[in-house]
Formats: sequence, C-alpha cells, structure tokens
Amino acid sequence: MFGFLIRRIIQSVFVMLAVALIAFMMFRFMGDPVNSMVAENATTEERDAVRERLGLDQPIWIQYGRFVARAAIGDFGLSWRNARPVSTLLAERFPATAELVLVAAGLSLAIGIPLGILTALRPNSISTQVLQLMSLVGISLPTFVTGILLILVFSVWLGWLPSFGRGTVVDVGWWSTGFLTLSGLKALILPSVMLCLFQLTLIMRLVRAEMMEVLRTDYIKFAKARGLTNRSIHFRHALKNTLIPVITIFGLQLGGLIAFAIITETVFQWPGMGALFIQAVSFGDVPVMAAYLVLVSLIFVIINTTVDLLYAVLDPRLRVEGARAAH
Amino acid sequence: MTDTTQSRTTASTLARLLDSDIAWNFRHSWTARISSVLILILFAAALFAPMLATQNPYDISQLLLLDSELPPAWVEGGDPRYLLGTDEQARDVYSSILYGLRLSLIVGFASVALAAVVGISLGLLGGFVGGMVDGAIMRVADILLSFPAILVALLVNGIARGVLPPDRHADAAIWVLILAIGLTNWVQYARTVRGSTMVERQKEYVQAARINGVSGMGIMMNHILPNVLGPVLVIATINLGMAVLTEATLSFLGVGMPATQPSLGTLIRIGNEYLFSGIWWVVIFPSVVLVALVLAVNLLGDWLRDALNPKLR
Amino acid sequence: MALLSVENLTVAFPGRRGSVNAIEDVSLSISPGEILGMVGESGAGKSMTGAAIIGLIEPPGRIVKGGILLEGQRIDTLRPEEMRRIRGRRIGAIFQDPLTSLNPVLTVGEQLIETIQTHLRLSKAEARERAIDWLRRVGIPAPEARIDTYPHQYSGGMRQRVVIALALCAEPRLVIADEPTTALDVSVQAQIIALLRKLARETGVAVILVTHDMGVIAETADRVAVMYAGRIVEVGPVAEVLTAPRHPYTRGLMASIPRIGARPDVLPQIEGAMPRPDARPGGCAFAPRCPHRMDICGHTRPDLNGGATLSVACHLTEEVPA
Repeated sequence: MFGFLIRRIIQSVFVMLAVALIAFMMFRFMGDPVNSMVAENATTEERDAVRERLGLDQPIWIQYGRFVARAAIGDFGLSWRNARPVSTLLAERFPATAELVLVAAGLSLAIGIPLGILTALRPNSISTQVLQLMSLVGISLPTFVTGILLILVFSVWLGWLPSFGRGTVVDVGWWSTGFLTLSGLKALILPSVMLCLFQLTLIMRLVRAEMMEVLRTDYIKFAKARGLTNRSIHFRHALKNTLIPVITIFGLQLGGLIAFAIITETVFQWPGMGALFIQAVSFGDVPVMAAYLVLVSLIFVIINTTVDLLYAVLDPRLRVEGARAAH
Repeated sequence: MTDTTQSRTTASTLARLLDSDIAWNFRHSWTARISSVLILILFAAALFAPMLATQNPYDISQLLLLDSELPPAWVEGGDPRYLLGTDEQARDVYSSILYGLRLSLIVGFASVALAAVVGISLGLLGGFVGGMVDGAIMRVADILLSFPAILVALLVNGIARGVLPPDRHADAAIWVLILAIGLTNWVQYARTVRGSTMVERQKEYVQAARINGVSGMGIMMNHILPNVLGPVLVIATINLGMAVLTEATLSFLGVGMPATQPSLGTLIRIGNEYLFSGIWWVVIFPSVVLVALVLAVNLLGDWLRDALNPKLR
Repeated sequence: MALLSVENLTVAFPGRRGSVNAIEDVSLSISPGEILGMVGESGAGKSMTGAAIIGLIEPPGRIVKGGILLEGQRIDTLRPEEMRRIRGRRIGAIFQDPLTSLNPVLTVGEQLIETIQTHLRLSKAEARERAIDWLRRVGIPAPEARIDTYPHQYSGGMRQRVVIALALCAEPRLVIADEPTTALDVSVQAQIIALLRKLARETGVAVILVTHDMGVIAETADRVAVMYAGRIVEVGPVAEVLTAPRHPYTRGLMASIPRIGARPDVLPQIEGAMPRPDARPGGCAFAPRCPHRMDICGHTRPDLNGGATLSVACHLTEEVPA
C-alpha cells in the first residue's frame, strides 16, 4: 500500500512538471514579457537590463526551474489584463467554482446512483424506458443549450429563480460562500442543475450497466441459491461491486465538471474561475491562463490519486498487504 | 484489361456491400435511417445555403432595420417574409441558421480531417518505429486524454490568440478553431492505428522485407490502412458530433466564430443576450438545429460502431 | 417417503421459433441421506433439472408441466418469497466454479454469517461460532483466522470448501452439487468428492451430484440417473447401472471410459452428436446414434419404465422388463 502510494505520488509529480512545462512555454514564447515591463521607447540597453533582472538571459532549464519554484508557492506574476496578482484573482474566484462544482457533483451522485440502480433492477418497466430515453437526450443536449432552456423557463417565463450571479454571499475568512443566504442558495439552483445534468445521465447509465453486469455473475446466482433476501443481494452483494468501478469514473468526471463549469459560469455569469479563464483566453492573458491550467491540473491529479487510493481501500483484491497473506 | 478487372472488382465490391451485414443492419435499424435522413437534409441545407436562404445575413445592405426583432411568421406580429423571425439587426433567423450551419459543418469536417491525419500519422509512426518515439507519443496521448476535451481546445485556442495580434483574431478564428479542435481529438485515431500497426509489424512479409533491407513501411501501409478503415470511420463519425459540439461551445463562450461570421454557437450566444427581452426565437431555433445535428450524428455513429465492429464497444 | 420427488417435469424456453423444451418429462426421487448421481453430456439437461429444483430457472424459461415435491410439499408453485426461504435452508446448492461463486468484496465470514442469520434465529456471535465450526468441518486450517479473509486469499480447492460450507451451513436436507469438481485441479477433485461424501454421511444430507464424470459417480453415488437430450434414459443403483447398463446410450458411455489394464488403441466412441433441444427427432432422441435402432424408435418415444429399483427408457428392454 505504502509503495503504491509513493509510486502514485511520483507519477503525479511528473504530470505536474509536464503541465508546468506547458505553462512555462506559454510564458516564454507568447509575446515578449520584456515588452510589458519597459516603456515603449526603451533602448536596447534598458531592455537587456530588464531581461537580465528577469533572468531571461539564463539557460532555458534554469528559467524553467525558477518558474516551477515560483509556481510551487503560487506566484504567477501579474495579469496582463488588469495588472493584479494572478494568485489573488484566482483566490477570489475559487470559492464560487468550488461550491458550484461540489453541489453539482453531489446532486449527480445523489440522483444518478439511485436511478441507475432502479433501472438496472427493473429493466423492462415503463419508468426505466422513459429514463433511458431521457438520458439519451440528456447526453446529446449541449450543456449551454440546457442552461439557456433553464433560464428561459424558470427565470424569463416563470420568474422563479435568478438567472445570473451568486446572490448575496457571506465571507467566512477569505472564503465567500453562497450557502448561508436564501438568495445565495436560490442562485445556486439553476447553475448546479445545468452542470449536474450531463454528469447525472452518465452516472445513471454507468451504474445501470455495471449493476446489470454484476447481477449476471455467479456469486449473485450463488447468493440467490443460498436464499438470501433480495434486499441483501441487491444492496449488499451487488451494489458494492457496482460502485467500485463507478468511483473511478466519477473521479475522472469530477475533472470534467470543473471544465464544464467554464460553460455554466458563462451562461449564468457566475463569478468563478472558469469565467476568469474565458476572459483570459479571449484576451490572450497568459499569466491567468497558465495559472488556471496549473491549478486545475493540480486538482485533477489530487482527485485521481485519491480515487486510486480509495479504489485500493475498497477493493480487497487490491489491498497489497492482504495479497501477501494469501495461500 | 486492367480497366475491366478494376470495374469488375468495383461492381462486386458494391454488390458485396449491398448484401453485407451492414446493409441488412441499416435496413433494420430505424435510428440509423432516421438519423441519416436528418443528416442528409442538414448537409444539403448547409451545402445549398446561398440558394435556400432568403437573404445574405452577412450583407448589411440587405438588412432592413425596420424589420428587426420580428417574431416567427406564425406568431402574432410575424412577417411571412421572415419564417423564423428576425434578430435585433433585422437578420432573417432562418437564413442565418443556414449560413451558421454551413460554418459549423466546415469547422467540424476540417477539424475531423486534421485529427484523423495527425492521429493516423502518429499512430503509424509510433507503431512502426516503437521505442522512445512511440513512448513519447503515447505519453502525450495519455496526458491529453486525462484532460477534458473542451479544456484542451480552449487552451490551444488561447495560445493561438496569444500568438496572433488582436486585429487578426476575427479573420483567423476559423483556422484557430479547426486547429484547436483537431489537435484535441487525434488520440483515438492514433491508438487504433498504432494497435493495428504493431500487429502487422510482426507479420512475416514485414520481417522478410526487413531482412531484404527493404523498408516495410510502404508495404505495411497498404495492409494497415484497409484494416483500420472501419474503426477510423466510426471514430470519425462520433468525432464529427463532438467537433460540432466543441465548436458550438467555443463560439458560445465567445472564443470561437466572431459575430460577423456567426456559426450556430455564435448565433446562440447572440440570441442568449436578448433572452430577457422575450425574443426567444433568436436563441431557440439555432439551438434546435444544433441539437438535431449532434443527435443525428451521434446516433449514426453509435449505430455504425455496433454494426461495423461489435467488439469495439 | 421420498425427500424430494420430481414428477414429469418439463421446462420450456419460449423463443422466436416457438417454445423449446430444455428438459422433458423428467421424473426422479431421492431419499434422505442418499447420493443421486446425474450424468450426461453438456446440454443433456442435468443442470437445468437442478436449477428447476431450487427454483432458479433463468427467465424466460419456466416449468410448463409436472411438479416438484419436497417432503410431500409442492414447491414449484410457491411464491418467490416462500421459495427463497426454502433455498439455503432446506435445499442447498454448490456451483461449478469456486473462483466466481464467492463475492470478492465480502469476507468469507461475512458471507457465511449472513447466510446463517438469514435462515436461523441466531445472534451474530452464535452465527460466527457456527461459521467457524463449518469452516473447520470442511477442512479449512486455522478457521478462526481465515474467517475474516477474502475469497481471493484462498486457493481454488479451499474456495470450493468454502462454497460447500456456505451451501450446508443452514443445514438443508438436500444439496444440489452442480459439477462441483469440474473447475478444479485433478489432485484436488478427489479431496472435494471425499469431503462431500464424508459430510453427507455425517449430516445425513441427501445430495444430487450433477457431473459428466462417470468415475466420480462410481465412487460416490448410491443411485445414478443418466440423462440424454432433456430426458432421463436410465436410472438405478450405481452398481447395477455401471456393471450392466441396459440403455444403449449408457452402454456407449461406459464403453468410452478408459480402464486401467485394458488398453485399446482407440477408445470406443458413440458416433454422432446429441441433438440440440430445438432439433430433437420425433421418436427416441438417441435413435439416430443407436446401434440397435429398430423401426419403432423412429416414431415412438419410449417411456421410462421398469422395476422397483431400475428403470430404462428404451424399446429394446420393453419386451423383457427387468
């Protein structure tokens, strides 16, 4: 187990170094950073002085090393667009995205898993067929179209829910949360529904497929032959075997949620990191793009490593110390 | 002599095709038939857009500002000249959709072609050369796959925009999109082709060619490409749906096609800004066309995958 | 009274081209403590008979004729919940592949204790005691420690012992063992068969031993039923059936077993193959392969009849009942 953990961490470090390399190349080769530091009529000597001060005369791998060192403490310099520190910008925006993604992830699990089980246990019922059809449509609807439809129905026509912003937020330390006010919670509903919908259909289909697979196995047949109750067979024997692979996929999908939050944040003018990233992309604001890339990659890597570890904990076949005691 | 042989093979190939499982499968799958009819209609609409459209939405001189924000023809206050209504600049929604569909499909097809060319080349290279080259290609592919496609496309897009001067953004948008989407989606082609190449490389004729000092690459290509044609076709079809969707998403986010040259995604973005004035038709109709296109392509892709190779699932 | 009796059982699977009978008119009975062997080729209907008895026929298959009586009670018409209470408690089952029969994510103890507590009113601690006791009885060394380990930590033979413990732990009166040794190493097979025999003697449980291995039958069973194309063609005491088989199919089956000492260059084989369930001939299903085929065999199906102990379904033996 310990060795496995170490191996995973080393792998993660390499992925992060590769991502940092991409971010570094963006800095190094997109526009000349010196231009943004000196007056337009600066002499060559002045420019060289800045170049030297920034370390741009050093060999490239030393520059990369410095970049990684600064990135490790969260220093990505100033935004080219509004000259504020990138780390501050991201820190301001992070809570909005985190709350949105977490609520959407929770919703998609809380609804997707039961629906998947239901449709697996009653494969021929009408409700299953309706759900299957809906999930097909859900998978084909572009997320932004879903968002627009939600706004059209619930904000424009019915006027029930706000269509933009986070409502009133409360600061808890540096974290601004929308969980504590009614308007904050109301503002969260449409964006999180839009964000979770695609994920929900994926999880439902995945749970259904896995569950049906498991229900066909010999150990379920043997459990039936021992007269165990349906409840135990479905929810103790089958569900645990079903959910182990689902956890892995969900981990990967959580990354997808963070990426799709970009679209949700644009549709609902949600003041999160994704909206910031889109602005950076359209302005070619390299420091913000690079920092977002590194931060999101870090989150991905942490999620994936956690999922692998969780998998090892949940599946007895993968518990290394257990395997050693075998036979 | 060669000619007759050629035509005979073509004829027999055609006969085989019509008699094949695929054709049987097609005749017996209503999703395949409906989706292919829908695709044909949409492709034709895009192809003949200038003839089918009632106005050229890019030509400002054709726009009558008086006719702006008219609802669809069958709604009260609608004008029969504008079947699906007009937007705030008096552009006919129906005509804009035709032109937008055209652009969406151009970007879709071009990026699929780019992805296929890059993927097939890298797959052949990796599978044939092996070793470090193969390892490097596959590592890049792994990392690429671990990121959501939309994020990679956004990033390539952002880098391209950073490199280009701002005044060139609008003109270059279509190329930037093709590049961004194409470079996001090559991995699956590369993996499939690489697998086939590695199998083929072990075969005797390649070994013999190597011993004789002849490059096996040329002969191999002739053997591999027919083998991978089926899977590549499936990947390309599914990819086309994804590419159209990615283009629409990027354009919707405001980093794709500019408002002067709107694709379906741009139309939806523009329409979205007027949603609160109650002008729903500007956003709903392009959305319906986009959903129909993506759904039809996806259904066809799913069917093709099952019909061509049940193992690919 | 017979512990279990199956009467004229027919299981049918509705298909696109009409209904197909997996087993037809199967009748058999088994007394308490008896070991009944069931032999036949794959697809002869041995496993289907077992599945019908424990009420686990895969849909859309269903019993269309006949019935099953357990200790005089009709069980094939019970509601699902009532049948569930019988499975494990009164009829146990052992499946072919021990590698896939155990749930990989639950410990052996969890699976045993759950089975025991489902059927017997015992506390968790008592159930655990009983589970350890059963692991000991099936020959698992250090059961107190092994009970909390997972199936993948056991070898194939040990896993089959666990499967046997699971099948017997709620003390059923009858256990259906469906090819219990087929998936195991040859060296382990004999141990498992010996264990089954020992446990049957100790607990008095009756066993229906489904196998295609005549050797296993000879060693273990009291009586044997030979199945061919969904029907029982011969049933009787093992000693009689094996030494003096009446049905031409049983004879062929016996002749194709290699014997030590006699070393023919070519093992005699039965020509041809068993017909598929949807392509059985009108008369005797074995007629096309039978060396003693008569005219009547082509159009009239022979009934299973005979004396008190031995029955044969063959026109050859009809004139001279045993």
